[in-house]
Amino acid sequence: MSFSLPKKSRIPFLALSVMVLAVIIGPFLFPPSYALPGSMTYAPPSLAHLCGTDLNGRDLLFRILEGGRISLLVGICGAAISLLIGTSYGLVAGSASMGIDQGMMRVVDILYSVPRLIFILIFINSFNERLQLTASAHGWDWLVGSSRLVILILSLGVIEWLTMARIVRGQTLTLRERSYVAAARVLGEGYWTILWRHLLPNLAGIVLVYLTLAIPSVIIDEAFLSFLGLGVQAPQSSWGSLLSEGAASINPLRGAWWLLLFPSLALLTTLLALYNLGDALRRSIGAKGN
Amino acid sequence: MLRRLASMLIVLFCVVSITFFLIRLSPGGPFDAERKIPAAIEKQLLAKYKLDGPILTQYAGYLGDLLHGDLRLSTKYRNRSVNEILAQTLPVTLSLGSAAFLLAVLAGLWLGAFAAARPGSLTESMALALTLVSISLPSFVLGPLLILIFSIKLAWLPVGGWGTLQQLVLPAITLAIPFAAVIARLLHDSLRETLVEDFIRTARSKGLSEGRVIYGHALRVAILPVVSYLGPLAANLLTGSIVVETIFHIPGAGGFFVNSILNRDGFLLGGVVIVYCMLLMIFNLIVDLSYRLLDRRIKS
Repeated sequence: MSFSLPKKSRIPFLALSVMVLAVIIGPFLFPPSYALPGSMTYAPPSLAHLCGTDLNGRDLLFRILEGGRISLLVGICGAAISLLIGTSYGLVAGSASMGIDQGMMRVVDILYSVPRLIFILIFINSFNERLQLTASAHGWDWLVGSSRLVILILSLGVIEWLTMARIVRGQTLTLRERSYVAAARVLGEGYWTILWRHLLPNLAGIVLVYLTLAIPSVIIDEAFLSFLGLGVQAPQSSWGSLLSEGAASINPLRGAWWLLLFPSLALLTTLLALYNLGDALRRSIGAKGN
Repeated sequence: MLRRLASMLIVLFCVVSITFFLIRLSPGGPFDAERKIPAAIEKQLLAKYKLDGPILTQYAGYLGDLLHGDLRLSTKYRNRSVNEILAQTLPVTLSLGSAAFLLAVLAGLWLGAFAAARPGSLTESMALALTLVSISLPSFVLGPLLILIFSIKLAWLPVGGWGTLQQLVLPAITLAIPFAAVIARLLHDSLRETLVEDFIRTARSKGLSEGRVIYGHALRVAILPVVSYLGPLAANLLTGSIVVETIFHIPGAGGFFVNSILNRDGFLLGGVVIVYCMLLMIFNLIVDLSYRLLDRRIKS
């Protein structure tokens, strides 16, 4: 398979690559003092601080790049989990008998219309302490500090798989009627072999396309949770938590507009690039929307 | 129909059970304050709020009370029952939600049809770009932005609060915009697909105006994906209103919901979740029925 991107996806792909590189390498390029609270609080953008400083005098650009690490990490890992669940669920439903398929899709319909984020809020809150206790009992120090992040990724993955399941199931329904699948069945290959060897490879394209569309929804969900104070918590920050700080600092007395503008731009650029990339890829493989 | 009702009851039962066990099995109780309460008083408190005894007995008791329509007492807002709190806050959330619902559907349908009627034009791509931006902007960015423009700079509308019609405008718009964008995209895509079908060519060749073709013929078919999105839309609006209520200082159920999580106020939390789910299920039932009326091809 030669690696060439469809024409319309080049710009979003480039934008995404720049964003990912900036987020990974960027924070190392700053002098160490930028990470610490400084004396210049609420400084508007200047040459020394391109995006201005926040309440504690920290450089906003540095915080945006660092927050981007968390946001992208949550987005990518959460979407990957949703991909895993959604693909297996859709594959099994699409290849199962009519009755099982209908039942499984009914469950998806019901879950669609339940306020899932609300359950995630409860879930995160009740399992965070438990996970922290377990982690410190076993001496997993890395987990103690970021237990909330781990739970966040897991639970967002657990709620965002529904669309993926629908898409994969629809695709499986058409694939299973293809002659090569019938041939494999005639040759006596088992159910799981057919799933693994014949159906899954042909689903890879559409699954990857929908991965690019699942990442934005996970990032937005994370921002929602962080705004309510139930997502990423200090000292870690994400674009969502930066934005909620920015939103809180908009008032008639102090118009610290840069605290809202620059994080929004970072989030907006990334999400738009992902949506456009997904759209262009979807068109190029000729898949229908939704 | 009976099967639908039965499955609704099962889902509701699952929702109640999951919520109950998630709250009760998490470490820490509702009375773990900084100051330690004497053991005897704590025991009395637990008895008053029916939090004593083995967990399964508590669960059975809770289910029994629910069947009688009793959502129990809040452990944080002392001496107020969950029924009372919900009776005060739910109407607020529901009016905000319905205003946003209407707005999202009307604006979304209009924009979607508007864009699909101009295929390949600059207007169409601008409209689609606008919807993408609206989907990508979280409501807690949009809200303060609207406040900054319309309340602080222009002073047209109040900053927040609840009670007058003016105070409803900004929150409803904030809540509706991302979902209007989703509806616009859904309708646009399905209209574009519908407009190349044979019955549309027939309608055009009869000499009907483009407006009649789109609104009289194509829309009736193309609207179906939007109708099936209404259920998820209602769920998303209820979730989204939590944030919007916080931004605009609206005394709705959303604020109580977040606080009840932070305060480990189990019965209040359970009450909000149960009532939300019930509302959504009833709403979904209505949507399903109207879908069948709209699409004669689906047999019940």
